[in-house]
Amino acid sequence: MGDTAFIELNQIVKDFPGVKALKGVDFSVYPGEVHGLIGENGAGKSTIIKIMMGVHQKNSGSIKINGDEVIIDNIIQAGRLGLAAVYQDLNLAMDLSIGENFFIGNLPKKKSGLVNWKYVYEETEKTLKDLKIVIDPRKKISELSPAMQEMVAIAKTVHLNSKLVIFDEPTALLTNEEVEILFDIIKTLKKRNVAIVYISHRLEEIFDICDRVTIFKDGEWVDTTDVEEIDEDQLINKMVGRNITEMYNIGHQSPGDDVIRVKNLTREGNFQNISFDVKAGEIFGFFGLVGSGRTEIMRAIFGADKLTSGSIELNGKPYKPKSPIDGIKKGIGFLPEDRKEQGLALALSVKHNINLSSYKDINRFSFVDKKQENSRADKYIDKMSIKTPSRRQTVGNLSGGNQQKVVIGKWLCNDSNIFIFDEPTVGIDVGAKREIYKLMEELAAAGKAVILISSYLPEVMGLSDRMAVIYEGNLTAVLDRKDFSEERILKHASGIK
Amino acid sequence: MKKLINKFKEGKIAEGNLILILIAIIILLAIFSPKFLTANNIKNLVRQTSIIGVVAIGMTFVIISGGIDLSVGSILGVASIISSMLMVSGLPIFLAIIVAMVVCTLLGVINGIIVYDGKVPPFIATLGMMTAARGIVMLISNARMIAGLPRTFSNFAQITILGMPSLFFVWLLVIIATFIVTSQTVIGRNLFAFGSNPEAARLSGINIRTLTYFIYGISGFMCAIAGILMTSRLSNGIPTAGTGYELDAIAAAVVGGASLSGGSGTIIGTVLGALLIAIIRNGGNLLGINPFILQISVGVLIVVSVMIDQRRKASV
Ligand SMILES: Nc1ncnc2c1ncn2[C@@H]1O[C@H](COP(=O)(O)OP(=O)(O)OP(=O)(O)O)[C@@H](O)[C@H]1O
Ligand SMILES: [Mg+2]
Repeated sequence: MGDTAFIELNQIVKDFPGVKALKGVDFSVYPGEVHGLIGENGAGKSTIIKIMMGVHQKNSGSIKINGDEVIIDNIIQAGRLGLAAVYQDLNLAMDLSIGENFFIGNLPKKKSGLVNWKYVYEETEKTLKDLKIVIDPRKKISELSPAMQEMVAIAKTVHLNSKLVIFDEPTALLTNEEVEILFDIIKTLKKRNVAIVYISHRLEEIFDICDRVTIFKDGEWVDTTDVEEIDEDQLINKMVGRNITEMYNIGHQSPGDDVIRVKNLTREGNFQNISFDVKAGEIFGFFGLVGSGRTEIMRAIFGADKLTSGSIELNGKPYKPKSPIDGIKKGIGFLPEDRKEQGLALALSVKHNINLSSYKDINRFSFVDKKQENSRADKYIDKMSIKTPSRRQTVGNLSGGNQQKVVIGKWLCNDSNIFIFDEPTVGIDVGAKREIYKLMEELAAAGKAVILISSYLPEVMGLSDRMAVIYEGNLTAVLDRKDFSEERILKHASGIK
Repeated sequence: MKKLINKFKEGKIAEGNLILILIAIIILLAIFSPKFLTANNIKNLVRQTSIIGVVAIGMTFVIISGGIDLSVGSILGVASIISSMLMVSGLPIFLAIIVAMVVCTLLGVINGIIVYDGKVPPFIATLGMMTAARGIVMLISNARMIAGLPRTFSNFAQITILGMPSLFFVWLLVIIATFIVTSQTVIGRNLFAFGSNPEAARLSGINIRTLTYFIYGISGFMCAIAGILMTSRLSNGIPTAGTGYELDAIAAAVVGGASLSGGSGTIIGTVLGALLIAIIRNGGNLLGINPFILQISVGVLIVVSVMIDQRRKASV
């Protein structure tokens, strides 16, 4: 760690209409340091990043780079100053090769005017190797696992002359092993004396990889400290203003009758011969690597995808969904893993989104009952503690975590009795995570069936009554809570018999 | 009211800019052309605008849903020819009108079927319909005008109520009805949700198949109304009626703030857009401005208004 900060932000203020996102915060990062940035959903983390990257303009305050004051108007300029950011949505062209993605818009030409492919692939390979990623640069992005796609996005963003690299929730969809690969990349960068900002809601990662950590709360700076001088409980306390212990401690019910019974479910190309059952009052976990087919199984049950064969019973009656309309009619609520693509109408209001699947119940002769519409919106904004200036706010303007809460609110609002949560806590802060876990407990206690898909092992292990493990579209085990062990689960999840 | 004015000032009302521009142009024209604010000119202006205005409202539904309907002009032609042929053959007026409405709505629904079930992009699907429907018109009319319509029918467009042409009141009725549908009903809510994110709408249990049929059906239905009004106004069934209307209708919706990427747009915006374009054309004619220059200015208006709208959205 050098003497002068690479970047130093002072008294940064940023207002959005109706929202004070940053109220005069300080933040600085030194070369060769991994600096964690944490805070509740809507605390202003992404906003300060976007100000550094020239995406948003600050209202007041100053930014210094290597001690000199700078003005960052746009992303190109930020790049010139050596700043790079890896956002959660990866921005890769799926049908192009890794090499093409690296040089997109800037393909090198030979004298003849044709593209110099040799150069493209050699350079790409070199950059990847530099970060210790071994992969053929001719491969298409769509052929890569999500984790590898993320690595490619990182390698693409991080140029040799990057001096500050920002990671905004990079591990949200990665499994333990993949996180390790990411951490290796970060360590490589660190050795090159690059300054690193690391945003995450998984606090143990902060302790694993960060040197210092800064905490924001409601747009204000709370503390900056060496990671060694603080423990997780103190961190949480500073973040949410109260103690949260025993994150996964929830009451478990004695299970009731079978609510869902699934037999030999097959969807060609996705999964085969899946059989399981879920009982009333049960939290049923689904663990497996990203891409193992967990999501596809649930989508088929919900009615979003077609099945090749197999049968489903709901409450003892046969059920053959043709579309999500059928699933919803039978009381299934489905929280998709990709909220932006599948969960939300980003251009519409919070109110509209919460009511999205309930309008069928709150109308008279097709006229929307606006009183109900408003009161339901308010109820779930309150219940999910969604941070928004009003129910009329456009959902796209909410912070990532708060968007996720809106989708959950939608299914609560629809009064479902089978909840399928696909990665429900991705991007959600500890306080809100705890609230979502309590909510699951509450749903189970009310006799509803809860299916929890998660790539985050502590979460599935901590909450589930039973757990199904999926490997490459096959169900490799259904374990009882008393048999949960990390080793055993991971073995089943990676297909080792 | 105060709240409304404040919202207006902050640029939160999408139609704010449009209303201001419209008022400014009306004042300018009133000053520079003595003919502009005469009863005759206004009546004429309203008659012209009402017809395209009805088509533009149907188009607004389609655009909000993220689609586009290029077949409106041709379907308008179908309405004109079918209704006049039936009337000439002696069918009662109201029956002729109903048949035309049913046929045009069905043509719209066929667009919806091609788009949803056939998975053909709206641009292509309705381009096909545009060509085919015009072909049908030419075929059944032998490309000839249909004359000899009943008096009562031709007179309708000439009637004025409270000094305004009857066509205007039809448009007004359409405006009120569709305003209510888009802002007060479940269909309206689902329409915006679908336009904003079709996959999220589907996974939220919205029946996007019937919604798609409905949207294109409405557009076809509006074309029927417009086609019948036009036939009455021209006292003849015209096979080429409505040619080029698709572009005018899209322009009105877009100037009114609808976005071709779906999820946004309002009925009132489209009405203002249609009025603005019509007034520029009408005023320009009165002032003796070269019609080609007028055409250029309408083109510029379309692009500029979208640019302004993008700014407004980015700043909010
Ligand atoms: N474009 C915008 N328009 C209006 N408000 C915004 C906009 N972007 C962010 N905000 C608001 O600013 C606040 C801070 O948001 P920010 O995205 O920085 O939070 P965050 O700390 O990254 O949260 P999360 O952990 O949920 O990602 C939030 O209240 C958010 O609603
Ligand atoms: Mg964020």
